[in-house]
Amino acid sequence: MNLWVLLAGNSIAFGGLLFLLSAGFALIFGLMRIPNLTHGSLFMMGAYFGVTLISWGLSFWPAAILAALGVAAFGGLVERLLLRRLPGAELAQVLVTLGLSFMIADACLLGWGGDPLSISAPPALRGATRIAGFGFPLYRIGVIVVAVLCAAGLWALLDRTRLGAMIRAGVDDPDIARVVGIRVSLLFTIVFSLGAGLAGFAGVIGGPILSVYPGLDQDMLPLALVVVILGGSGSLIGSFVGSFVVGFLYNFGQAMFPELAYVVLFLPMLVVLVLRPQGLFGRAAP
Amino acid sequence: MSALELRGLNKAFGGLRVTAEVSLTVEPGERRLIIGPNGAGKTTLFNLIAGELRPDAGSVRLFGDDITRVPSRRRAHLGLARTYQIITLFPHDTLLRNVTLSLLGLSRLRWNPLLRLDRQTALIEAARQTLARVGLDHLAERPLGEMAYGERRRVEIAMALAQSPKVLLLDEPFAGLSSEERRDIQQLLTTIPASVAIVMIEHDMDIALDFAERITVLHFGRVEVEGTRAEVVAHPRTKEIYLGE
Amino acid sequence: MKRAALVLTLAALAALPLWVGNEYYVNIAAQILLYAIFALGLNVLVGYAGLVSLGHAGLFGIAAYAGAFMITSGANHLVAIIVALAVTLATAAAFAVLALRGTGLGFVMITVALGQIVWGVAYRWISITNGDNGISVGTRPAPFGLSLTSAAGFYWATLIVFLIALACIEVLAASPFGASLRGARDQPRRMTALGYNIWLIRFLAFLFSGLWSGVAGLLFLYYNQFISPQAVALSASAEALLMVIAGGTGTLLGPVAGAALVVIMKNVASAYIERWNFVLGAIFVAIVIFMPEGLVPGSARLARWCLARLRPRGAPAAAPRPEAGP
Repeated sequence: MNLWVLLAGNSIAFGGLLFLLSAGFALIFGLMRIPNLTHGSLFMMGAYFGVTLISWGLSFWPAAILAALGVAAFGGLVERLLLRRLPGAELAQVLVTLGLSFMIADACLLGWGGDPLSISAPPALRGATRIAGFGFPLYRIGVIVVAVLCAAGLWALLDRTRLGAMIRAGVDDPDIARVVGIRVSLLFTIVFSLGAGLAGFAGVIGGPILSVYPGLDQDMLPLALVVVILGGSGSLIGSFVGSFVVGFLYNFGQAMFPELAYVVLFLPMLVVLVLRPQGLFGRAAP
Repeated sequence: MSALELRGLNKAFGGLRVTAEVSLTVEPGERRLIIGPNGAGKTTLFNLIAGELRPDAGSVRLFGDDITRVPSRRRAHLGLARTYQIITLFPHDTLLRNVTLSLLGLSRLRWNPLLRLDRQTALIEAARQTLARVGLDHLAERPLGEMAYGERRRVEIAMALAQSPKVLLLDEPFAGLSSEERRDIQQLLTTIPASVAIVMIEHDMDIALDFAERITVLHFGRVEVEGTRAEVVAHPRTKEIYLGE
Repeated sequence: MKRAALVLTLAALAALPLWVGNEYYVNIAAQILLYAIFALGLNVLVGYAGLVSLGHAGLFGIAAYAGAFMITSGANHLVAIIVALAVTLATAAAFAVLALRGTGLGFVMITVALGQIVWGVAYRWISITNGDNGISVGTRPAPFGLSLTSAAGFYWATLIVFLIALACIEVLAASPFGASLRGARDQPRRMTALGYNIWLIRFLAFLFSGLWSGVAGLLFLYYNQFISPQAVALSASAEALLMVIAGGTGTLLGPVAGAALVVIMKNVASAYIERWNFVLGAIFVAIVIFMPEGLVPGSARLARWCLARLRPRGAPAAAPRPEAGP
């Protein structure tokens, strides 16, 4: 009984982390119509940036934000210098993100070496607390809170601001958006940076739970893929719900069917892709 | 038995009704013209006949057989051929290869992974002859991408003729052609066997009226006027539709 | 002229273990050939059918794992190979039915999911696949009594399989079915109106492609005498795609050049360049952006441009034009 509660708690926390990872992926997929195969690498890059920033004396939250900004800037450069050269050629753009993921992974290996590195949780969130009689790490509660705050922030951005309205218009119909005067190519750069920044931020947040190691990118990318396919590309609610669904599938799958852990994850993704290409929530793909 | 019979065809996209209760009968060997202002649903009608679109209601009959549920790819084998408004040929291939592909579509040979296509002399000869029918056999070895627009239109027609169709759908075959090119195509159309029923969508009135025996006028997806050339030209509704209501 | 060049190349390839003294390089050559088979097979789908797959390592791996199971269960090599290829074909059929529900990016994503499922099973179903520890295979087959334990012996066996694969694909490309396949890639709507069954054409192409991936997988198994989940990961599928795209999808030998590039980078260059993965990724990105038709045609285009520049003044020089994406 304890185990299931603990698993459930971990699932929720992991779901929160997945949301931070996937929200950016969903936005990019929704607006630019490409699955950004660099996303796992950006997550890892953010985590490594966080490690270095903390080692220079910064405390946790400033390091996380600064790392996010760094990755966001990198994302912006990638979009302007590389993806911009292949307008409309979605498959080519996906291949570029694939090649980039190789490059980033290797660069990180060069920069930080092959040993796993850890990020300590901020002092305020160390230790555990008792909820309904069960001990639960404070930090994981923190992750859930951060995820919900981010979700609220993103929702406010999309729903309440002009930028958000433009993004939603671009997701719905980029051609009409252009006709109406929305600078879609600038929007692409902004959204790609935003998505990258979110991934980088998630990397640092995930540090205390997952640690940072070569191969982290390949572990996280498929999860983002599953979340977005299940939740629907371009749908924020979809990513939110999908993240927790995947969090549960992942943790309970590992515990109950260790031999089929990944099958439990990818089979639903496959089913959704085959039956409903637009995911459980999102709009139909063009 | 009529060559092509449409009964109560209906098609809507969301709230937009593109085809409304269209019924039409074309006899074997008939030359039928379909006209109507832009947006009248003419090409959609062709897509319904060819099977690229499924009607919401109604039926399509080819020589008496109900083909409404028959998939598009089988209709070619049943004697239906069409050309497209926008040229969709194979630009990297030669004219000969383009027409050969058309002939191959109806042959069992298309599944063969062992023979060499270049050595299928019977097939290639037939393709060459089809090109000759449209006056392009001297350009057979040239890539389609190098051809002028008028020549590509003729290849479009060659592709359809290669299928030895019993019912031929021509979607704006004269679009974008010079007057000389139009005369060439007109001449070409007269060489098509009298047994083939031809249904043409066209905007150019002079050419089209020359060609047509019977005319169907579509407006907002509905058949508004139908009859012989003389009847339709004289009909007041025709003038209304074209000059605005 | 062409005939002579062909004969010379064949002779050089056949005699390779003799004029390349070092066993290490003979092994590299064998690797290039087996990956070339993988790339050639994948190109039937990516280049000729126009369907990009990022899950083909799944088929490569299933053949290897099936072969490994059979051998470690005591079957002889011939039976193991036949069963492995049969399993691969069946899996390819299942993959195809599912993947063909999507087009374009949808197709790619479904192949990713399928490949990941295979990887997940290989990685986690430890009782069957031994997980990360992999499965070892003690012996290599000895067709007609000839031993393949030496580097040269294995190389020659791989060369023969490679030549058969190349011939099969060449015949397919020149056949009516090959023309149907390329037509289905270029104008599926028109082809349907002409009477072709696009779905079935693509399905058969997928099967054919999967079969050769399986052959390559078996060669991989016998080369390493070992199989592990690493060979089925997303990165393995990505590398295969890189081989196809780097070499050029429009030519017969393009994938071979691509395979050679990747294998040489991985093995030989990594001795001199520490970060071969980075370079590989960079080459991939550069090719996609600047030479989308691939290295082989792209280099030819570049060479033509250089030659034109070198002509005396007055002769028209053709500038390199970037062509449309893959």
